[in-house]
Amino acid sequence: MGLSVSSLFGSLSSLLNWSKDKDVRILMLGLDSAGKTTILYRLQIGEVVSTIPTIGFNVETVQYKNIKFQVWDLGGQSSIRPYWRCYFPNTSAIIYVIDSSDHSRLQTSRSELLTMLSEEELAGVPLLVFCNKQDVEGALKPEEISEQLGLAGGEKGRDWSVRGSCAVKGEGIEEGLDWLVNVIQKK
Amino acid sequence: MAAFSKKEEEGLSSYYNNKTTVIQEARVFNESPISPRKCRALLTRIVYLLYIGENFATQEATTLFFGTTKLFQHKDSALRQMVYLSIKELAVCAEDVIMVTSSIMKDMQPNSEVIYRPNAIRALCRIIDPSMVQGVERFFKAAIVDRTPSISSAALVSSYHLFPFAKDVVKRWVNEAQEAVSAKSSTSFFGTTSASSYLSFGSSSSTNSGYQPMPSTSYISQYHALGLLYLIRRQDRMAVTKMIQQLGGGRSGSGTALKNPMALSMLIRYAAKVVEEDPNVQKQTFDLLEGWLRHKSDMVNYEAALLQLFLSSPKSTLKFAATRTLAGLALTHPASVATCNVDLENLISDPNRSVATYAITTLLKTGNEASVDRLMKQITGFMSEISDEFKVIIVDAIRSLCLKFPAKHASMLGFLSGVLRDEGGFDFKRAVVEAIFDMIKYIGESKEQALSHLCEFIEDCEFTKLSVRILHLLGIEGPKAPQPSKYIRFIYNRVVLENATVRAAAVASLAKFGIIDDVKLQKSVGVLLNRCLDDVDDEVRDRAALYLKVIEEPRLAETYVKDDSVFSLLALESKLVAYVRDTDATDQPFDVSSVPKVSRVQAAQEAVRPSSLDTIGAPATRTTTPAPPPQTAEETQSAFIQQLTHVPELAPYGTVINSSKPVQLTENETEYQVSCVKHVFREHIVFQFNVSNTMPDTILEQVSVVMQPPEDSGLTEDFIIPIPTLSSANSPGIVYVSFTRDAPEDYATASFQCVLKFISKEVDPSTGEPEAEGYEDEYQLEEVELAAGGDYIIPSYSNFSSEWDRLRTGASMTETFTLSSMESIKAACDSIIDILNMEALGGTQHPPAGTAVHTLQLSGLLTGGGGKILARCRMTFSRGEGVTLELGARGEKQEACQLVIAAIGG
Repeated sequence: MGLSVSSLFGSLSSLLNWSKDKDVRILMLGLDSAGKTTILYRLQIGEVVSTIPTIGFNVETVQYKNIKFQVWDLGGQSSIRPYWRCYFPNTSAIIYVIDSSDHSRLQTSRSELLTMLSEEELAGVPLLVFCNKQDVEGALKPEEISEQLGLAGGEKGRDWSVRGSCAVKGEGIEEGLDWLVNVIQKK
Repeated sequence: MAAFSKKEEEGLSSYYNNKTTVIQEARVFNESPISPRKCRALLTRIVYLLYIGENFATQEATTLFFGTTKLFQHKDSALRQMVYLSIKELAVCAEDVIMVTSSIMKDMQPNSEVIYRPNAIRALCRIIDPSMVQGVERFFKAAIVDRTPSISSAALVSSYHLFPFAKDVVKRWVNEAQEAVSAKSSTSFFGTTSASSYLSFGSSSSTNSGYQPMPSTSYISQYHALGLLYLIRRQDRMAVTKMIQQLGGGRSGSGTALKNPMALSMLIRYAAKVVEEDPNVQKQTFDLLEGWLRHKSDMVNYEAALLQLFLSSPKSTLKFAATRTLAGLALTHPASVATCNVDLENLISDPNRSVATYAITTLLKTGNEASVDRLMKQITGFMSEISDEFKVIIVDAIRSLCLKFPAKHASMLGFLSGVLRDEGGFDFKRAVVEAIFDMIKYIGESKEQALSHLCEFIEDCEFTKLSVRILHLLGIEGPKAPQPSKYIRFIYNRVVLENATVRAAAVASLAKFGIIDDVKLQKSVGVLLNRCLDDVDDEVRDRAALYLKVIEEPRLAETYVKDDSVFSLLALESKLVAYVRDTDATDQPFDVSSVPKVSRVQAAQEAVRPSSLDTIGAPATRTTTPAPPPQTAEETQSAFIQQLTHVPELAPYGTVINSSKPVQLTENETEYQVSCVKHVFREHIVFQFNVSNTMPDTILEQVSVVMQPPEDSGLTEDFIIPIPTLSSANSPGIVYVSFTRDAPEDYATASFQCVLKFISKEVDPSTGEPEAEGYEDEYQLEEVELAAGGDYIIPSYSNFSSEWDRLRTGASMTETFTLSSMESIKAACDSIIDILNMEALGGTQHPPAGTAVHTLQLSGLLTGGGGKILARCRMTFSRGEGVTLELGARGEKQEACQLVIAAIGG
């Protein structure tokens, strides 16, 4: 008797999961001070908060277009990057944030990205690149950054998109998320 | 069947709570969505394993830790609490725990749900890096004064733990702690300051922040705040005194702001500590408190009065704290504590034995002679009911009491021997045995009784260490007793019944009886030792054989059985270290004769066992921190040798044979202060000048000492190592001057003219830089004397009469001097000992006052393998002519005797 009740409950909850409560696990990565935490709270509460460098990670649930995203914002300081991989399993999508005005570290950012993409656990996972801080003078355009990243030739196994954004003004973020929702629902 | 199923059950539970299983099941942390119930169950098992002492390797712990961090995604509060618990436990063994910093700090936000906040704060202090403490300062300040007691407590306790790593930052929280300690939960209202939050969510997060502060009934955060305040102010005694005063409240403590009983107990302890630590502050505290208290008595009396109130409290924790404080205070102020005696007597029958123990020891310390017997009876009543730890406290108290009231020794000895028969661990038995040892040492009339109790004890003693010590004592005291023979039976019983260590000690002890002047006894000991020759243990046989041989020859017996000199251990150590370091010396045997000896009495003085006895004898002079003992000559010497090894130029000289004590070459108040230490090497003499520049506005450059030896001194100067620059900050610096001994076998003596030479430069006060141009200057120093005593001869203990006899055939010299300037025999003795630097033996350095005839016996070692040297100074004194001295020297080398004679003659 007890058995049948629990199995009934189990099937009920799984039904629920498959409806609107489906959890989508998203990793948000990038070098330090790229704007990850700002994007996260822009998404969650729609406001700009003052942040301090993330030592470790922030995790928040974000409701967007009937999908519940669970966004993991991992700290980008070089001392923390080695631990990104601890959070790779079960990832549905990656948001990679680049500071478009930081020309000198673009190469570092690129190599961190490529290293991450080569991880087996992330094979086939869709990638959205935000070229953030488009409002800053001298910021590289998304097209320029896309070229420098060189994803066009190498990334055949996954959907990817490189887009401009400005977290403080809230520009480009919703468009990026729309793309992501599309890709995830397609699967 | 039943047994089988039980076994199976155990097997299952050990499987269920097995480290490997747990690590495998940690997969549930990665599931999506996670199941709070499953994760919580697994975390419980991890924490359980950690609690029962299971060791997780760093890698395993780190993996589990990172798994646990993923659970921050779920908001279930029960799960979150478990997550914090696990993080705190895993933080100890896992790596890179700072990864949860951001997540924890988010939970610490004022607008976070209240149930997380204390947990988060407590976890943060476990994982935080000391360098990050500053970053969380704002949160802590706000949390300490939070109106929710659990948050405030958590912040205070965490600050307490952070203090050792981040003193400076935590010190700044003193105002908040002060506020927390005096906070009344109804009035202090610190709203959730959303401005202090780094993630200012503003209005949208208002759903989270609507909690109500919970009223506290325990005021526990006061206790925590007080602890933190004290920790911060501990170094500053004035501040502590002030704090005690502020928080102590009004008369008899009724108006105190502290409502938590533990906080109040703590405050009393701090007060007791202040009183104990510093008599000056005590006076001050007393003055300050007198008016405030309107109490006629001093601080201690107040303490006692306050404590007296507690003594009748129904809470045993309070009673315990009070009695313990009183027991401590009784050491310093027995009279004040004595007012509590009536209450204390009631407490003896307290069902809580710990309280009773402290009560009774306090009474023992404050009591008078008449009450001792009655107290002893009461103690005997409950000795069997208390733990060893408290038994030791009681035995220590009795030990002090014995010395205070020697007349009561019989009943106390009876008590001690009684408890010696009881069951008890090593520490307890040792305390009893040491108490009896002290009685033997200090109370003559108890000696025989005490010895026989000890004899009885070793008949049935399970502790080898104690048996050995008692046997040794029997060997020393037994032969002096009126009836030595009765101890022999006890000692020999050990030879028959005990393990090898005890047997060997028993043999050594027996041998001491073999040299008593009693033919019958000697014969019996001989027979017993002969039996030991068949022992199965090498050491026992060897000792027996050695002593048998030695006892037959009175001269050997004198040296090996009766001799009460031992090597000076520090000197032996430094010589051995030098020997091991010196690679050239390995082909020669270690020269043990160059190590000075001291008598057992001296050795015992050096290793005085600190005991509570001293405090009872003279309570007024008690200091809690005894001054470090003055450095012995050997310690100074090892320190010099350490310094010398850092000078490369001196490395080829080999090891130092002897270093003198430092001699001041300047007056105390001069601008330049110089002292000199002489180091004798086999072929060189090195003078070490410690030069101090006392003027902060002047820098000395190229500081050197120019030494002018007299002609034909037998010494040739090698080099001077100057000090490049010497300021008041880097003083003292060292100048070395080296001489070669032209004929190393001679003991060259001379006095040197010394001049300090340097270039003096003024320091510009605005820049702190010295001027470019200085001027040469010099400074006349006192003469440096290279002499027999101190440089070549060092004191060493020996048995004068037998050694004097033995050296009859060696080198010897005698000469007579008239010391007309000496005004007494005593003055002559003092100056001879000073010049020769030899050890006076048999108390001959203290001639009877006013005597006209005296013989001073001196013993020393000639450094550098010169062997023993003895001097016999026969003196007569007559008014008008001074002291006439016949100085006889005997040694192993003629040069040694010449040196001694020349030292007095020159």
